Amino acid sequence: MAEMLNVTLTDDNGVVVLTPKGEVGFQEAPSFKTHIRTAFDKKPKRVIVDLSSVSYMSTPGLATLVEALQISKRSSTPLVLCGLTERVRAIFEIARLQTVFSIVGDLTAARG
Amino acid sequence: MTQDTSPSNIRLELLSNPLYLSGVREFVSGVAKRLGFTEVNCSQLALAVDEAMANVIRHGYDARVDGKIWIEVTHQGDAKSGLMMKIVIEDEAKQVDPCTIKSRDLEDIRPGGLGVHIIKEVMDEARYEKRECNCGMRLTLVKRQAPAPPVSALSASSNLAPAPNSPKGTTNG
Repeated sequence: MAEMLNVTLTDDNGVVVLTPKGEVGFQEAPSFKTHIRTAFDKKPKRVIVDLSSVSYMSTPGLATLVEALQISKRSSTPLVLCGLTERVRAIFEIARLQTVFSIVGDLTAARG
Repeated sequence: MTQDTSPSNIRLELLSNPLYLSGVREFVSGVAKRLGFTEVNCSQLALAVDEAMANVIRHGYDARVDGKIWIEVTHQGDAKSGLMMKIVIEDEAKQVDPCTIKSRDLEDIRPGGLGVHIIKEVMDEARYEKRECNCGMRLTLVKRQAPAPPVSALSASSNLAPAPNSPKGTTNG
């Protein structure tokens, strides 16, 4: 069953964690993008996107993350992705983006 | 595998509303699963159709939600003897030269421009053409799956990406 996208954002001493839950396709990407921008607007020390609850992602979702990476570089704010399921990791690999991002296994590793 | 000459088994007509994309993904994946495609191939079929429809909505209809899109599904074979699914996606959106439909350079890291690359990576065939009525485009997608190997030869693979020695991930896995 398809899940609507639901994104939670927590701020723990400047480490902002975005946790999208559900599918990130063409329809959901604009909402995801809004949350990404909100995260960086907080001028955090680090932004973590925990993708462990994302059941599906297509290129609009990838595009949003690439945009997040660009904001990250412009603002010198580290961006870390974690919790990629095999299905989500696969699309990173097909798009050859898996080495472009900082990707770690889970939230604990992402917090560093 | 014999040449496909059969009429479409399923024909859907829907509007270019992104709201319907998740339903189409589930439909394609569900039919493919029931036919005997592996989980990986079902995911790839759903992804390709999703990307193709998103391109029609975004680029063909300029995000209009009232354009028509038709999806035809034809299949042949079974998991034991080998499977083929053909999906034809047609629209009434603006026509473009099929030669101009291409992915961006993958080395040029920027948002967008990856849908065509994804489609071509996960499908065995992806062919764009102008519809004959001087209106809209047609995309023909083909996915094949080799006959299931003996149980003893099965190796687990749950990755959506094509296996290293299996272009397009068309073997069972």
